[in-house]
Amino acid sequence: MMQTTILYIGRDTEITVVMNRLLNARPEWKGICVCTDEEAFSILETQDVDLVLLGNGIDLECEKVLRKRINELKRNVKIIQHYGGGSGLLYGEIMTALG
Amino acid sequence: MSQFILHKENTRGHANHGWLNAHHSFSFANYYNPERMHFGVLRVLNDDLIDGGMGFGTHPHDNMEIITIPLAGAIAHKDSMGNSAVIKSGEIQVMSAGTGVSHSEFNALADEQLNLLQIWLFPNKKNVTPRYDQQTLDVEARHNNFQQILSPNQDDAGVWIHQDAWFSLGKFDEGFETEYKIKKAGNGVYAFVINGEVTINGQTLNKRDGLGIWDKDSISFKANSADAEVLLMDVPMEL
Repeated sequence: MMQTTILYIGRDTEITVVMNRLLNARPEWKGICVCTDEEAFSILETQDVDLVLLGNGIDLECEKVLRKRINELKRNVKIIQHYGGGSGLLYGEIMTALG
Repeated sequence: MSQFILHKENTRGHANHGWLNAHHSFSFANYYNPERMHFGVLRVLNDDLIDGGMGFGTHPHDNMEIITIPLAGAIAHKDSMGNSAVIKSGEIQVMSAGTGVSHSEFNALADEQLNLLQIWLFPNKKNVTPRYDQQTLDVEARHNNFQQILSPNQDDAGVWIHQDAWFSLGKFDEGFETEYKIKKAGNGVYAFVINGEVTINGQTLNKRDGLGIWDKDSISFKANSADAEVLLMDVPMEL
């Protein structure tokens, strides 16, 4: 089975733990969930990532820097905003992003 | 030129978990329909039936305006901001999830089913400080009237949220006709029929049908049955 690797970046530890559980509950997804930009950059430098979800608590300035650096590290990776912090919108967001 | 989208009751997503019988007007959880992702900033409209004593354990949310309207029964709510409350039919609850909040929602009654509408709107500002509010509504004030129950303004009627949205509830006598003026240029209206039969802009709608209308300044409304009850959600069409 082809696995889609999804990197979630959010600032709230509790939400990040939940996202990790939700993303890895589906065999077709591999979720990597981090709270800091440094951890995210390290993942992007060493692993293939298909989709980046930007979660809670990332302010506009940080988001600009994040997007720029992510695009430098992985030119073709899709970056989307994850809303809701849980399972409600997750599947739809990922399906839409992956087409 | 006015545009519209009609969502008939029986075309909604459906998930029956035993204790929870949920109908989704838009894609939610495992229900995914690319044609039903949102109506403007209105992202979720869930019509949930929850068995006595059952509910959703503690779970997180962020960056979403979450509005809960109990139609029958009562919800017991607890959250990480320290709020603990029961919200009954005739009341409205709002939560701005912002930077992150955890909460639980249970049917407060052991032997009675809870029916609620849960509505999620994208916020107009990300990462706001989480907040919670609930209000008791004057149910009599919605007789043959669209009673405002939510707005963007703290000093206006109803609860307020971080979005240029207005919600109104009305309960109408058969034959009653009126017009609803859209509150802000660029907004559309999603009408959800809670009970009865109504005609909106020439479209006949029955219980739990939804009709989204945009590129209009106002909509025409007529109640075709004695028990007609409608929720209007006046929301920005631009995400």
